Amino acid sequence: MTTPAEQLKTFLQSVPYIRFLGMTAELAGDEMTAILPFAPHLIGNTFLPALHGGVIGAFMEMTALAQLSVVQDTPKVHKTIDVTIEYLRPGRSMTTYARADLRKVGRRIANVTVEAWQEAKESPIAALRGHFLLSGD
Amino acid sequence: MISPEEALKAAAQMATSVPHAAALGFELVSIGESRGAIRTPWREELVGDPATGVIASGVVTALLDHCCGLAITAGRRDSFSTATLDLRIDYMRPAAPRMGIVASAHCYKLTRTIAFVRAQAWDADPNDPIATAQAAFILNGPAPAPGAAS
Repeated sequence: MTTPAEQLKTFLQSVPYIRFLGMTAELAGDEMTAILPFAPHLIGNTFLPALHGGVIGAFMEMTALAQLSVVQDTPKVHKTIDVTIEYLRPGRSMTTYARADLRKVGRRIANVTVEAWQEAKESPIAALRGHFLLSGD
Repeated sequence: MISPEEALKAAAQMATSVPHAAALGFELVSIGESRGAIRTPWREELVGDPATGVIASGVVTALLDHCCGLAITAGRRDSFSTATLDLRIDYMRPAAPRMGIVASAHCYKLTRTIAFVRAQAWDADPNDPIATAQAAFILNGPAPAPGAAS
C-alpha cells in the first residue's frame, strides 16, 4: 500500500517529459499544487518575453495527470482523450502554479479542470478542461 | 513591406528559432500560403509514458499550438505577433513508441483581429492522425523588431 505522496513522487519522477519541463508538485493533504519554475527553454515569445502557449497547456495537462496519480493507485499513465485550453493572460518569465479539480472520476473516464496562475490565484493565466481515459491495474 | 519569399523565409525562421521550439527540436517540413508543417523528432527526455516510450501528449500540444502560429504568419507580408485564445485538442491514439511527430496546420479564416486554424498531428501516416486541433488566435499589432525595448 503506497501513500498518495509516494504515488505522486513516483509519477513525477517516472515521466521524462515532466523532468524536461522542470515541473514539481507539493501535496498538502489531498490538495496538490503543481509548480513550474521559469526556465529559458520554455519561452515561446522572445519579445515579451512570454512562456510558450504549448508549455502552459502541457503543464496544466500534466497537472491533471499528477492529481489523478494521487487518487489512483496504479503505475500506469492515464491517457488524455481531449483538452480545451483557454488562454487568459500571457505567461510571464516567472514561476507558474496550477491546481486540478477532479470534477468526476468514474470507472473509465475522469473529467478534470485545471487553472494556472503566476502572481495571484485570482488572476489565472490559463484554464484547461479535459477528459482522461483511466488505466486499470 | 517585404517580398512574399522573404515573408515565408521569416515565418520559417520563427518556426524553429523560438527557444521552446529549439528545445523540442522542431524542424520545418513545409510552408505555404496560410499553411505550415513542422516535425519534432523522438527523444528520450520527451517521453510521457515510460512503460511504452511514447512521446508525451504535452509535446503534441506544443507542436500543434506552434504549427497553428506558423500557418497564420505563413505568407503574410505584414508583421504581427499572435497569442492563443483557445485551443482544443482531441487525442485519437498514442503515437507509436519511439516515433517522432509531424503536425500540419491550415489557417482557414483570418479577420483583422482573429485567426481560425485547424491542425492535425501524425506519426507515420497523415491519414491516420494521433491528434487534431481547432484553435483561435488574436492578432496583436506589428511585432517589435528583434532587440527593440518592450
